[in-house]
Amino acid sequence: MSVTTPIGGEEQRFSIGMLWTDTRYRSTTIQIIALFLVMIAVGFFLQNIYLNLQALGKDFRFDFLFDPASYDINQRLIEYDSQSPHWKAAVVGILNTLLVAFLGCITATIIGVLAGVLRLSKNWVVAKLMTVYIEGVRNVPVLLQILLLYSVFIEVLPKPKKAEPMLDGMLVATNRGFYIPSMVLESGAGVVLGVFALSLIGIVFFRRHARKVQEQTGKVLPVALVSLGLFVLPALLAFFAMGQPIGLENPELKGFNFKGGVHMRNSLVALWLALSIYTGAFIAEVVRAGIQAISKGQSEAAFALGLRPGRTMRLVILPQALRIIIPPTISNFLNLTKNSSLAIAVGYMDATGTLGGITLNQTGREMECILLLMAFYLITSLTISGVMNKYNDMVKLKER
Amino acid sequence: MAEQKNAIAFVAREEKPQLPAPASTTGAVGWIRENLFSSIPNMVLTLLSIYLVYVSLPGIIDWVFLKSVWTANSLDECRQISREGACWAVVNERFGQFMYGFYPQELRWRPTLAFVLMLVAYAPLLFDKLPGRKALLLLTLTFPLAAYALLWGGILGIEAVPSNKFGGFLLTLVIGVTGISFSLPLGILLALGRSSDLPFIKVLCVTFIEFIRGVPLITLLFVASTLLNYFLPPSWSFDLILRVIIMVTLFASAYMAEVIRGGLAALPKGQYEAADALGLGYWQSMYLIILPQALKISIPGIVNTFIGLFKDTTLVSVIGLFDPLGIVQPILADSRWNGLVVELYVFVAAFFFIFCFAMSRYSMYLERKLSTGHDR
Repeated sequence: MSVTTPIGGEEQRFSIGMLWTDTRYRSTTIQIIALFLVMIAVGFFLQNIYLNLQALGKDFRFDFLFDPASYDINQRLIEYDSQSPHWKAAVVGILNTLLVAFLGCITATIIGVLAGVLRLSKNWVVAKLMTVYIEGVRNVPVLLQILLLYSVFIEVLPKPKKAEPMLDGMLVATNRGFYIPSMVLESGAGVVLGVFALSLIGIVFFRRHARKVQEQTGKVLPVALVSLGLFVLPALLAFFAMGQPIGLENPELKGFNFKGGVHMRNSLVALWLALSIYTGAFIAEVVRAGIQAISKGQSEAAFALGLRPGRTMRLVILPQALRIIIPPTISNFLNLTKNSSLAIAVGYMDATGTLGGITLNQTGREMECILLLMAFYLITSLTISGVMNKYNDMVKLKER
Repeated sequence: MAEQKNAIAFVAREEKPQLPAPASTTGAVGWIRENLFSSIPNMVLTLLSIYLVYVSLPGIIDWVFLKSVWTANSLDECRQISREGACWAVVNERFGQFMYGFYPQELRWRPTLAFVLMLVAYAPLLFDKLPGRKALLLLTLTFPLAAYALLWGGILGIEAVPSNKFGGFLLTLVIGVTGISFSLPLGILLALGRSSDLPFIKVLCVTFIEFIRGVPLITLLFVASTLLNYFLPPSWSFDLILRVIIMVTLFASAYMAEVIRGGLAALPKGQYEAADALGLGYWQSMYLIILPQALKISIPGIVNTFIGLFKDTTLVSVIGLFDPLGIVQPILADSRWNGLVVELYVFVAAFFFIFCFAMSRYSMYLERKLSTGHDR
């Protein structure tokens, strides 16, 4: 009968308290407890949902999607009328969301890059003006900006009868919306588009070739000039050779309204512009931070190598700055997409307005509608961030 | 002397006075040449922006101040006095509604008092050099209770006010301040969970964060207004404002978690190892070593999330609450003010700008104060 246990000898007896005090078991204990709690919570919610639905005499199914929607959507990209089923209304809404998100991302990027670069400009007036824009826009809720722009459009813009067509009749701004020309394709348009596509492919190949030549011989080919030529000339030649098969149809005043062209409602334009201006201000800050993060030594080194300012920017500064700029810009694009759900405030029928708005109210299927709506936004967000992360990996610094 | 006559070389025995810089490079003229007209594109930019300011600024000043109308009884009256100016008379008349919503007139001193108490309660948290900070901190602890009693009443013999009377900037502040106060601790916990070694906890936190960040706030507010009751037993009836606060807080905490996770990831690994080497437990090392540094790095992001949350409170108008944007609708329904929208929105925008701008300036102050000179 030994009184002392030799050090590191006999295994310590397992006791129940060690589940918590011993670091070997503690993490497992915590996780099992957490799992238990989560299961209890989920069970609690599911049971409540079941009981509540039963009490209201509702069930959980999606067949309402095939009933006729019996409401109209004024801004749509695909065929739709009030006899169409609810799922088609949802698709119209989803396409509208994607449309405004796509347009918004492009203009926001343009605005953001311009404002970000100009805010860093040595020109005092321009820099201050950009600061006023960025600070002013970032500190005001985007919903407010959308509503403000929308009401300004409705109050300030003239009635269709008094509206003056601008830009040689191409753009008309009225209090009922904006009219832009629509594209009219006649026979032979396919050839022109085909030639255009071919010349795009040609540009890609020429660029590859030019890079190869430069790497092997050091000779720099006039890439920009040739690309521009390839971009414009063949398509232009085909356009005239086929007898101008692609035309623009300008909006024209007929009676009380404009006919022809594409009608963009004020709600769409207000939403698009407000989202672009708002997100543009955030992107401007991202761009500024990205450019400022590149140390001065980089541009000095480039100058020392004899690179001219333009090339320094293009070959040395931008590739490094982009690496810093791209990830936050992606999340700004995502924010824009999610903010486009505010369309409901100005009556633009996006996914929230159809699926989460009228369909929900008409059918009384809150659970199903909101689940579908959330699923749509989740899938969109995850897809965008997935694609952008791929791109981000491509431009990332290759660490070895 | 003779030597000097023949010498060609000249050695200056004393320093020559420096020539003044050319007049064109100093003073106002030099500054203008350097900054505004250094090249042709620059000149074009300058002239363009000066022209822009020249065209828009007088109009804006006229509209806001010089030609605006401050007292009138209806829009028509406003327009008769001045056609080019803003009609601030509506804001003047409905100021009480903008501030308090439909809170009973005679009880409006209570939210005002709560607001003053809030300033007093948050001052010691925001500024650490305040005299008597310790005593004030005690007051801070009792503030939530006091605020609840003052705003909602119904306890201690204070007259109860139902939350559907809440509105205007009162509602913005109630949702915003509560959301801000709860989203930070919740966000820290979520961030710690996401960077934890326990796989199940990590998966749980990642799922929550990514789900919340993937959907727009408006869908969460729809959940608050229509769905949340399905998840709870019928006997638990929350009022709408509380449900909204819960959702806004959850929403902000997911974004907060990502900001703080960035801060946690930016800390050098040596800090974690040093804490372990000192024999500190998990919570001790987090509290004493990791979090103070990680939070300091993430201050700009944290404040940006706060500003975002504050701005996002306007979304509650979509689900029918009378925040400053929602209160615009009943005002427009009044036939006297019908057709006057821009002024109302501009007023609300000015309010939000002041609050959010102040917050962003405070974050800059905090960054400067906490900067230890270790950064590059």
